[in-house]
Amino acid sequence: MKEIIFYGRGGQGAVIASRLLAAAAFKEGKSVQSFPFFGVERRGAPVTAYTRLSDTKIRKRVPIKTPDYVIVLDPTLLENIDVTKGLKKEGHIIINTKVPQSNFPFSKRFKVFTFDAAAIASKHKLGSKSAPIANTSLLGAFSKFTGEIGIDSLTESIAEGVAVKTEENVKAAKEAYEKAR
Amino acid sequence: MKKVITGNHTVSFGVKSARVEVIAAYPITPQTEVVEKLSEMVADGELKARFIKVESEHSAMAACIGASATGARAFTATSSQGLALMHEMLHWATGARVPVVMANINRSLGPPWNIWSEQTDSLSQRDTGWLQFYCENNQEILDTIIQAFKICEKVSLPGMVVLDAFYHSHTAEPVDIPDQKLVDRFLPPYNPEYKLDINDPHTFGGLTGPEYYYELRYKIQKAMVESVDIIKSVGKEYGNMTGRNYGLIEEYKTTGAKQLLVASGAMAETAKDAIDILRKKNKKVGLLRVRAFRPFPKEDLKKAMSKAEVVGVIDRNISLGNEGIFFQEIKSALYNEKRRPAIYGFIAGLGGRDVLEDEIVRIAEDISKRSFKKEITWVGAKI
Repeated sequence: MKEIIFYGRGGQGAVIASRLLAAAAFKEGKSVQSFPFFGVERRGAPVTAYTRLSDTKIRKRVPIKTPDYVIVLDPTLLENIDVTKGLKKEGHIIINTKVPQSNFPFSKRFKVFTFDAAAIASKHKLGSKSAPIANTSLLGAFSKFTGEIGIDSLTESIAEGVAVKTEENVKAAKEAYEKAR
Repeated sequence: MKKVITGNHTVSFGVKSARVEVIAAYPITPQTEVVEKLSEMVADGELKARFIKVESEHSAMAACIGASATGARAFTATSSQGLALMHEMLHWATGARVPVVMANINRSLGPPWNIWSEQTDSLSQRDTGWLQFYCENNQEILDTIIQAFKICEKVSLPGMVVLDAFYHSHTAEPVDIPDQKLVDRFLPPYNPEYKLDINDPHTFGGLTGPEYYYELRYKIQKAMVESVDIIKSVGKEYGNMTGRNYGLIEEYKTTGAKQLLVASGAMAETAKDAIDILRKKNKKVGLLRVRAFRPFPKEDLKKAMSKAEVVGVIDRNISLGNEGIFFQEIKSALYNEKRRPAIYGFIAGLGGRDVLEDEIVRIAEDISKRSFKKEITWVGAKI
């Protein structure tokens, strides 16, 4: 089983990203589960969402404590949240930021990928200029970095699961997938 | 067709599959996305139903009772305080013998205000004469909504399909929605023998003195008792259609089990992982999942426990001043048995506290010790 935690802020699409990833993996025949941190959501406040992907039926009904992957949609959260908490030794952290990975002290302990998903989201007019919605772009990068999900299933899932600016979101995910290194 | 959907939306799709004709709901907290999705389905013409927005849960149930009395298939959804406000009307629905189906998303009762999972809201409605089903995952929620209409319409009693806040309501997972043609064959339109009809006026629920009321209560109890076999036959018929069979209880790895855990709702699914861990350690432990709380599956439970030496009942609820509600009911069911297992109660997860699999493992290990004597344990409480 692979367990993924998304950290974002209300309005950045962390919960939707966790659902899109689950739906995409379901297309690839996986057993999936996606849920938000059980709380009251507000725009701008920290939001946590979880995705489980497994080859066998998932029965666990509790939040993820020891993730394989952590996806950070908003780098300002790193000031207040220890995103490495519970992360498995071989776990990966993927951060939406322009800052190089070596700037993050935890990159010595964990594999860290940084990727400017916000730039791609802005280019495709997702969200506003000051607050781009980079969830689908970051999923495209996740696909490339980890290989846990195929880009075709991911874009199919986005096409079916995102009602607003569907085309733009699909293009952003594809572009992020191409550009991620 | 399989879809990755939340428990809330699963309820909505179940209601759509059942071709419900009237939905009445109060749309403010503690309401859920169940009725939001249904209102969209009605507005988009996907579901040909009348959506009645009312000013309280009490009115929502009143509207459902009225609709059902005219022969319409009626549905509502609620949670916690909303269900508590309906209480008077729940008794009314039973007395009027209307097969209204309701989804209750288990949430804790305030104060303090808490929207997280706990079963005390629905279990407080124990004596209202509603059938109650506790589901373990989204697939079962969908399947139970469809079956509940069939069961309730056969026995002319209302029924509650219960799911956990967040663990189901906000969790998206794959759900198979059976083909509409199959559901239509399984669940034909509701057509009661007696209904309100302006062309043939009758009074429902008028004043009835001691000379008849008593027998009317007997008939309700009789219908409840008969519903046991109906739940089984409907569950089997549904299984023939979908491959998913349902009864009043589910036995998980109980073969040769000396110790049994009893759980219900979402927690029961996590408990299955705990049982697997214990079985790997060669512990002879099994799980009984209680799906139907009313009618209470006395005979099934007695049979399932007949060879057990010790039983631990995990309750995400409490009857304050006594103990966990499933614990009470199970002890009472076993009282006249010649051979009874030792039985211990565990309160866990109140107010939406997570119940982790290692805590469930510990419960099983504790009750397996001969020295264990504590009748009630508060699992993981900071006390």
